[in-house]
Amino acid sequence: MARAENFQTGLLSSRAQKATIRRQRIPPSAWLQLALLILLLIFILTPFFWMVSTSLKEQNDTFAIPPKIIFTPTLEHYNLVLFSPSAIVPTGLQNSLIVATLTTLLALVLGTPAAYVLARFEFRGKRDLWFWFISNRFISPIVVALPFFLIARDLQLLNKPQALILIYLTFNIPLVVWLCLDQFRAIPRDLDEQAKVDGCNLFESFWRINLPLAIPGVVVSAILCFIFSWNELLFALILNRSSGQTAPVQAANFMTGFGVKWGEMMATGTLIVLPVVIFAAIVSRHLARGLTMGAIK
Amino acid sequence: MANLADAVNLVETEQTARHRRPLRINWLALAMILPSIIALLLIGLYPLLFALSLSFQRFLLNRPQNNGLFVGFENYATVLNDPLFWSSLGRTLTMLLIVLIVQIVAGIGIAVLIDSSRWRAVNWTVKTALVIPIAMTPAVVGLLGLLIFNRDFGLMNYLLGLIGIEKVNWLGDPTMAMVAIILTDIWQWTPFAALIMLSSLAIVPHDMVEAAKLDTKNSWTIFRYVKLPYLMPGITAFMIIRTADVLKLFDMPFTLTRGGPGVSTELISLYVQRMGFRIFDMGVASAQAVLLLILCIILARAYIHFFYRTPESE
Repeated sequence: MARAENFQTGLLSSRAQKATIRRQRIPPSAWLQLALLILLLIFILTPFFWMVSTSLKEQNDTFAIPPKIIFTPTLEHYNLVLFSPSAIVPTGLQNSLIVATLTTLLALVLGTPAAYVLARFEFRGKRDLWFWFISNRFISPIVVALPFFLIARDLQLLNKPQALILIYLTFNIPLVVWLCLDQFRAIPRDLDEQAKVDGCNLFESFWRINLPLAIPGVVVSAILCFIFSWNELLFALILNRSSGQTAPVQAANFMTGFGVKWGEMMATGTLIVLPVVIFAAIVSRHLARGLTMGAIK
Repeated sequence: MANLADAVNLVETEQTARHRRPLRINWLALAMILPSIIALLLIGLYPLLFALSLSFQRFLLNRPQNNGLFVGFENYATVLNDPLFWSSLGRTLTMLLIVLIVQIVAGIGIAVLIDSSRWRAVNWTVKTALVIPIAMTPAVVGLLGLLIFNRDFGLMNYLLGLIGIEKVNWLGDPTMAMVAIILTDIWQWTPFAALIMLSSLAIVPHDMVEAAKLDTKNSWTIFRYVKLPYLMPGITAFMIIRTADVLKLFDMPFTLTRGGPGVSTELISLYVQRMGFRIFDMGVASAQAVLLLILCIILARAYIHFFYRTPESE
């Protein structure tokens, strides 16, 4: 008991000592760093906060010079874009959610087994195949959007979520393969050998042993697929012009010029962006890993 | 097409492999990888070949009488003699050069700042905040740009006013509209560079830095000769990814300027889209798209040839 107390006070005092040392030691350059970091934070976040605050302002407050930072917030714009009889934003968000979720799931179903095979097997042309997979992500969507429009028109898939779910696979499958390939590589092959001894075939050892272990990579790629699909505009604009509009298409339909309804525009923007931003901030660590994983390999 | 050759190559390899050493599992492996290959052939390669064939046809969406008529290289000649094509391409490449330089330099600066700062909680907050611009829907970022770059009540002009600069007509002036697009891109994608550089800095061996500190007190020398080599792969990857991104940049400029005023901010993707879906000439638009793709491949191959390593060559 006494010893524990002793230990504790010892710990406390050493901690206090450290704190004082640290306080004494902070050089001016560290304060400069702090100032720069805070400036950076303001630079990154201001546009986002500006959007949110404008969505909560009366139209008059929007035009105020100097800009009003303190104002009486109103939910009227949200009320209008969400609940007025002519409100289209709820269906837009719903369409985006359906498209992004299903294309992500499909990309995982198709991409993870392929990534596993690429990670485990050696064959001639594997490098070319890998490169072909990845290169799909770099193709400008406008290149395939024109023919896709004609194909979708002939198959009567225009204005339906199916067309978008399929076409988003062009960038989602490469993403899943890219990120999961790395993840599967990190899993020791001994586990596969063990599974073979236990009578698992290739698919079973993928499904029961490797996939559960690769969950971190799978989740990261799923998050990125979802965000990119949720945000996509060009394909959606060309393929789903009328019904089946996704949320970014609705955002793009806000007229520019005079008499812009800034509040409604920013309320719509906030509704589109907020889910992914909150999501991204919560999983920022994983997201940063996913975004940079392919890059520094 | 190289892509098709790759796919055929795989099938052949699988066959020869089976001849050499008959393995049961190859069938299952093939079954696991084939669905994704077929999917990418259908939604990636097939439309690409379709675009290629369209580029040799007369194909007008609004006057479909003579559609499908083979016109040889006529569409390509139209594109190559079109001053608007070259100016939009030049604009896109200029923007690419500017954003690459600014974002790489600023990204390294931010990464070094965070890496060397002792303020743990602030570092953590900044790192979290860095993903927010990247995750934001580009179409909405463009709308937000309309608000921030507004001449009369925009935040940008207000801030410039504080330091005594007169109101800038950001979106009405051809040059300034381009600057607005470039600034918006820098805001949205510099954090991506910073994240890549941060994770690159994390793999610099600590003892190498310590050893270098014994030799010199010049932190620039340490950065240049000890840390920078570790950043090179990340910088290259960033260049490849952003080159592809800028060549296909559409969403943000579409909602911010729609290519205007006039065609002063019409980037190449915007022009191809206008040719296909406003002028309704799919043949010429496809020829433009094919040329754009060739440029994309040349640039990516060049970067990869000079800097990049695939997982195989590790």
